[in-house]
Amino acid sequence: MKYVDEYRNSREADLFANAIRQSTTQSWTLMEICGGQTHSIAKYSLQDLLPKEISLLHGPGCPVCVTPISLIDKAVHIAAQPDVIFCSFGDMLRVPGSREDLLTVKSKGGDLRIVYSPMDALKIAQDNPQKEVVFFAIGFETTAPANAMAIYKAKLDDIKNISFLVSQVIVPPAIRTILDSPENRVQGFLAAGHVCTVMGYREYEPISKDYRIPIVVTGFEPLDILQGIYLCVKQLEEGRAEVENQYSRSVLKEGNLSAQKIIQEVFQIVPRQWRGIGEIAQSGLGLREAYARFDAENKFSCEIHSQERSSECISGLILQGIKKPNECQAFGKSCTPEFPLGATMVSTEGACAAYYRYQSVQS
Amino acid sequence: MNENEGMLSIDGLNCPLPINLSSFITLAHGGGGKLTHQLIEKLFRPAFNNSELETQHDGAVFDIPSERLAFTTDSYVVRPLIFPGGNIGSLAVNGTVNDLAMCGARPLYLTAAFILEEGLPMEILWTIVQSMKTAADHAGVKIITGDTKVVDKGKGDGIFINTSGVGVIEHSLKIHPKSIQPGDVVLISGDIGRHGIAIMAAREGLGFQNQIESDCAAVSNLVQSLFDADIEIHCMRDLTRGGLATALIEMAQTSRVSINITELEIPVREDVKGACEILGLDPLYVANEGRFVVLVKAEDAARTLELLQKDELGNQARIIGTVKEVPQETVILKTKVGTSRMLDMLSGEQLPRIC
Amino acid sequence: MRTGQVSFGGILKEVNLAYVPEAKVDNYVIVHVGFAISVLNEEEAHRVFDTLNQLNALDNPDGDLP
Repeated sequence: MKYVDEYRNSREADLFANAIRQSTTQSWTLMEICGGQTHSIAKYSLQDLLPKEISLLHGPGCPVCVTPISLIDKAVHIAAQPDVIFCSFGDMLRVPGSREDLLTVKSKGGDLRIVYSPMDALKIAQDNPQKEVVFFAIGFETTAPANAMAIYKAKLDDIKNISFLVSQVIVPPAIRTILDSPENRVQGFLAAGHVCTVMGYREYEPISKDYRIPIVVTGFEPLDILQGIYLCVKQLEEGRAEVENQYSRSVLKEGNLSAQKIIQEVFQIVPRQWRGIGEIAQSGLGLREAYARFDAENKFSCEIHSQERSSECISGLILQGIKKPNECQAFGKSCTPEFPLGATMVSTEGACAAYYRYQSVQS
Repeated sequence: MNENEGMLSIDGLNCPLPINLSSFITLAHGGGGKLTHQLIEKLFRPAFNNSELETQHDGAVFDIPSERLAFTTDSYVVRPLIFPGGNIGSLAVNGTVNDLAMCGARPLYLTAAFILEEGLPMEILWTIVQSMKTAADHAGVKIITGDTKVVDKGKGDGIFINTSGVGVIEHSLKIHPKSIQPGDVVLISGDIGRHGIAIMAAREGLGFQNQIESDCAAVSNLVQSLFDADIEIHCMRDLTRGGLATALIEMAQTSRVSINITELEIPVREDVKGACEILGLDPLYVANEGRFVVLVKAEDAARTLELLQKDELGNQARIIGTVKEVPQETVILKTKVGTSRMLDMLSGEQLPRIC
Repeated sequence: MRTGQVSFGGILKEVNLAYVPEAKVDNYVIVHVGFAISVLNEEEAHRVFDTLNQLNALDNPDGDLP
């Protein structure tokens, strides 16, 4: 595919790797903030192209991983109701809740549908007026325009049998939380290209300034990531701390204004729990009052006491870049993609699952 | 001769459903009485028409022209029953034929057992049975005995089929993972991922505006051409569930060798790549139903490639890698950016990813 | 709401174009969960290779990328 294949090329990857090597004079620790980037780094073993001095940490950028366990439990509870069709993105199905996951609900007879877009859930609601349809609206700013549009359309067309279990999170407050931690090791960020396609990168400028840290808006293909690392290392070596845009083929400084308008219309900023990290102030999107009737948490009231199954799991530390997956005692032993203890082992965008599945030959 | 038979059977596809059959399967069709009899006489026997079946016995009696046999069985439960490029019937024949071929056998006879769900439209059963005949003729096998049961509505998924197969081994090669040697060359018979994507697109309602057809096909004739040319085959494996990656990992583990493959050499059609990008799937793990890998002695690799590519079914064949001694029990993929990583078996089905 | 057919390596899928009012036929778009979120800037897309050409020129003053 054009604009995909040419960014997965060994000759050019080598050129970037050389440039990074030549620019590097000391150790630097960088963090990529997007699950898609984590996936690419692992899938193409990009760490092997980097000099030993460059260490990559994998941030809380997998929407599936950071969805709080209380919400997974609510999803499981709602999906098990008779007369409910529960719609979700595929990779949410295996995320462990306190007792079970959505795939187990399906095997017990729940009507669970994998959808590709939230708009598909709207169609399912229209096609099944006698059923209650619930969509698990998770994601970062990238997914927010799609989820917002589905909710906006539901109100516009007065579709009564659909509701949304919302766990929308936003990136900048999470970056601040990581940087505020006394244990922080991150010296430069690769910001998520698709998040910034929607939101632009103005809001990263104060972060870069306040913490004197380089932030490079970066794409997902191997060459994008290598170039993002190169730009980040160059800033660090030259003592600069700026916001740069590697992913200029998609990202404008102001972002996508028409998408932002609908997000504004439907959502407001709320505090949000991040699995493994805890509550982060102003880090989530919740439905505005005018859309409250589409909130699945209102429609299906349920008291659930959620509890993580394992005390062994250190996914919170991994999500904050304090530990790497292979530094966890349970990694690959009591915790595998078949029997995940924590969410980072579930989705292939999660750092642990990516490490497990894509083992580099060198490591 | 085989080809002509194939042609005839394609005509057979067009023959209409006998009018004096009821339009839906009922429990009585499995009851052993008149309706069961009618189903066999009007639908199955004419379709699978052969002398062994004509004996109308409890089983089939036949002669085998060899001392070494291969024997295999498989059950088919695909949904949807009919998909672009095939249906559960062609799958049930090709799948079992391919398993025999992978053992190094020339497939001869199949059995066919049907579990039908009450309410299955007779038209669909007819279509499926006709495809079985076409596939069997094409692969040069006969369906010589069978069974039919009917289950209550809601207790089946329309139709389940089990086929078992017998084939003869007419060479002295030991085709087994344990025969794999360091230095062997790994070839793939064609592009990967089509069956899995075709099924997923049809099943999950992904809204693709155009279709990807399953690669569902019998590879037995293609394999036979390698035997006829005296290629020193060490192992073969058809790429079904779990895809290319899983097949190679299984072989590397059994044979305690390292299989090294190059991503750039693995043929994947552009539309399959596109669908995988949309869904966040890795084509290395997507199912196939008409593809296999063959590991041959290095000296025979070029000739194998030539033979495979000569056949329409194998025209996308490639050499994708080699076998090394260490690290044992691994499959190592050289990625498109020149790095290497180990392939791991999947846990469960691949689920579409969000980003 | 405006939608359009997007070809992913030949696979056609209907995609919501509400957020890319500027998109025209034959443009490349970036698609996420059924929505186009940007029209790909083809000029900028080549920048990564321009950077590489410069890096390469610095390394090998005589050579150029073939």
